[in-house]
Amino acid sequence: MEPPGALRIAQSEPTRSLWRWMLLPVLAPPLALTGLLLSRAPAVLAGRPLGLSIAWVPSLGLSLDLSLDGLGLLFALLVAGIGTLVFLYSMPYMAGERGLGRYYGALILFMLAMLGVVTAANLITLFVFWELTGISSYLLIGFRHEEKESQESALMALLITGSGGLALLAGFILLQQVYGTFDMATILAQPGLLRSHPYYGWVLGLVLFGAFTKSAQFPFHIWLPRAMVAPTPISAYLHSATMVKAGLYLLLRLSPLLANTAAWQVTLLVVGALTMLLGSWRALRQRDLKGILAYTTISILGMIVALLGLATEHAVEAALVLIVAHALYKGALFLVVGAIDHETGTRDVALLGGLRRDMPVLAVAALLAACSMAGLPPTFGFLAKEAAYGAAEGWRAAALQVGVAGVLLVAANASNVALAVVLGYRIFFGAAGGPWPRKPHGVSWLLIVPPGVLGAASWLLGLVPGALDGLVGGALAAAVPRSQGVHLQMWHGFNWPLALSAVTIAVGYALYRIWPRLFRAPARRFPLSAFRAYDWLLHTALPRSAASLARLAQDGSLRVYLLAMLVVVVLIAGGPLVAGGLWSNPVLSQEGLSWPELAIAGLLVTAALAVVVARTRLGAIIALGAAGALVTLLYVRFSAPDLALTQLLVESLGVILLLLVFHFLSPQFGPWPPKRHVAVDIAVAAAVGLLMGTLVLVANGVQLAPSVAEYYLAQSLPSAHGRNVVNAIVADFRGFDTMGEITVLATAAFGLYALLELRSKKGGRRQ
Amino acid sequence: MILRTVARLMLPILLLFSIFLLLRGQDLPGGGFSGGLVAAAAIILQMVANDVATARRILRVPPVTLLSAGLGLALCSGLLPLLWGEPFMTSHFVCLALPGGAALELGLPTLFELGVYLVVLGVASLAILSLAEEGEAR
Repeated sequence: MEPPGALRIAQSEPTRSLWRWMLLPVLAPPLALTGLLLSRAPAVLAGRPLGLSIAWVPSLGLSLDLSLDGLGLLFALLVAGIGTLVFLYSMPYMAGERGLGRYYGALILFMLAMLGVVTAANLITLFVFWELTGISSYLLIGFRHEEKESQESALMALLITGSGGLALLAGFILLQQVYGTFDMATILAQPGLLRSHPYYGWVLGLVLFGAFTKSAQFPFHIWLPRAMVAPTPISAYLHSATMVKAGLYLLLRLSPLLANTAAWQVTLLVVGALTMLLGSWRALRQRDLKGILAYTTISILGMIVALLGLATEHAVEAALVLIVAHALYKGALFLVVGAIDHETGTRDVALLGGLRRDMPVLAVAALLAACSMAGLPPTFGFLAKEAAYGAAEGWRAAALQVGVAGVLLVAANASNVALAVVLGYRIFFGAAGGPWPRKPHGVSWLLIVPPGVLGAASWLLGLVPGALDGLVGGALAAAVPRSQGVHLQMWHGFNWPLALSAVTIAVGYALYRIWPRLFRAPARRFPLSAFRAYDWLLHTALPRSAASLARLAQDGSLRVYLLAMLVVVVLIAGGPLVAGGLWSNPVLSQEGLSWPELAIAGLLVTAALAVVVARTRLGAIIALGAAGALVTLLYVRFSAPDLALTQLLVESLGVILLLLVFHFLSPQFGPWPPKRHVAVDIAVAAAVGLLMGTLVLVANGVQLAPSVAEYYLAQSLPSAHGRNVVNAIVADFRGFDTMGEITVLATAAFGLYALLELRSKKGGRRQ
Repeated sequence: MILRTVARLMLPILLLFSIFLLLRGQDLPGGGFSGGLVAAAAIILQMVANDVATARRILRVPPVTLLSAGLGLALCSGLLPLLWGEPFMTSHFVCLALPGGAALELGLPTLFELGVYLVVLGVASLAILSLAEEGEAR
């Protein structure tokens, strides 16, 4: 028997129920990965990292290196563990949606990519997995791809995190330039080399850019709230608990290399603090529950970045604890909001209230998680908040700086407290709300268990914090060399952090009292906003500059294109020829010229002149054909039958083609162009002719390497099984070139086909 | 009328000649490129003698298909050696004994040449037939 309500859709449609059970196998990958990680955890924490290396492009020194150490394990467990719950939760949440294969496919791709990021032992491996998380995130944000908002949000996330990814790649390549390897262990073992290197600033800037875009730091945070159009399990998993923490992971991983400089400290502290304050403030102004969760996520991400900026051992420890605590409670609250949305059809905080009557068990789960978000003892959230305060207190800086840090932290945490009361108390236990688009029927247990587990974990870890000593200590060891180990505990005695916690809760409650006015107040438009900057860049600046570039480079005149190409050729090829003095040494011919050859050459010049001066198109074509035939004659004269044969055939077909094309044009050429144009054209034509002639004569006398002709002549029969050397070269020795040539030919033909096909499909013909 | 009759007579001769050129290329002037051009000339002769529709009917296969098939064939002939772990475009030959004491050596480059032949035939007939069609429509 199913619990009542669990298969509410299935009761009416038996096929759906079958479909749901067929989805059970998708649980296998996350479960298996979680099990694997847990079974290997003791060995990894005992200092024996797991490694795996697969050669990829050995000639470029690229390989797929994976290695699992303490820091990787902490993140991998979050990814696999929360992933399992999210898969479970998705089954009822996404039931009946179209494109489930796409959904689960991208979800599994994301999970593997994220595990790849946190276990990569090679910078290129890391980059590849990093980009894969971005791509799967794009697919999942755009899951409802028919909707314009989904498309735009997915694109925004991809563009912002993708540009960060490119910066990261550039930074990694610079690191490779400094160290001569992409291997992370080698690089991290010698931080001194980079510190004194002039590339340090560039590497730092590029890596921070990558990390900040991924972890939604100001001013790149704008994609995260927009990413909330994704299905809620995705928001919980990618855009709160795991993917947005990839940037933090990178900062942690590279901190032995990059941290402890003034540039690192100042950048991380300023950006982190700005992000934290902005997120906290904007969170208070949201009506949408997911908006609240998105902005509080941004605020916590900023806080963690700022903690990493402090770069003391305590601060990094606090950051790690905060990462775990946040993943647990925020994941839970997202899933709670998803369940509410699923049941009532709304996420508008003004409409929601008194939900405990319809979903009592979910209310408990929400309350558990919200306590951790508010940082109430004895939850794990309290421990994290205390650790953050402790880190600020232990910061060796001027009293003023420490004071400012404390005030900012209290402000951000107070906002979290206020919103935790909203999420955990007000919408469930507050005054009844409504009206809702849908009437709740009782929530499926699969929608309750995952947030319940995460909420309960927030409490359990708070009660037995020692259970995480090994894991956090292992992670800390990777981020801070020679760290002292971790001993997490709830009670530190009466001290500053405890006092600040008390202040936070008081301020938070006060904020909660005035919050209804905050979120209802009309939105104000600031003159400057990161979102409008993005919008301007994408929709105004980019198209405009592209248009002006196109106008500059493509004015539509065939004559200008030709002139541009020919002048460039003359400059590039002719410049070195003159500068190198090679032109003064032409070699005419060993044998000298014979009369027939001179006669052919004379006729050729006449034919070429006739092409230019012909007043009718037919005349020009005939002259051109004559020129082609004369060239063929030259080939025959110099015993190149292959060339002659091909040339003759090409010339014949070429004349037919030209006749067909000119059929569309008037038989007479237009009037002569202005004298100025003619003069320029003659000059350029003469230059090109002179260049080509000189080039041929000079090439005749230059022999840089032993001729390949002997090799081809000797190998044609034994290797290529042919007596025709020209053909053996074309089809065998240099077959790759021919492949390229026929590809170009085919591409041009496809272009022609598309042009003619499109025109005849449109029906109308342009004159 | 004379042109039509001659064109009809020339069609099999030209096509045979094109295949002859294709196969002969290994030892004597010829090859896929010139073979393909001669085949295209055979088709175009039909177009000149009759009309585009007749030429298309004789060609049977749309030119786009021809050139796609040719490109694919050339690519396959290069990719095949990869199956045995050899570098791209490694050549292999087999010798076929023909009746009458002649021998025909066929190999992956022959396949490649056939691809070139088809691409050239496809491109030339595509360009000329579709342009002529445009002209007829006016």
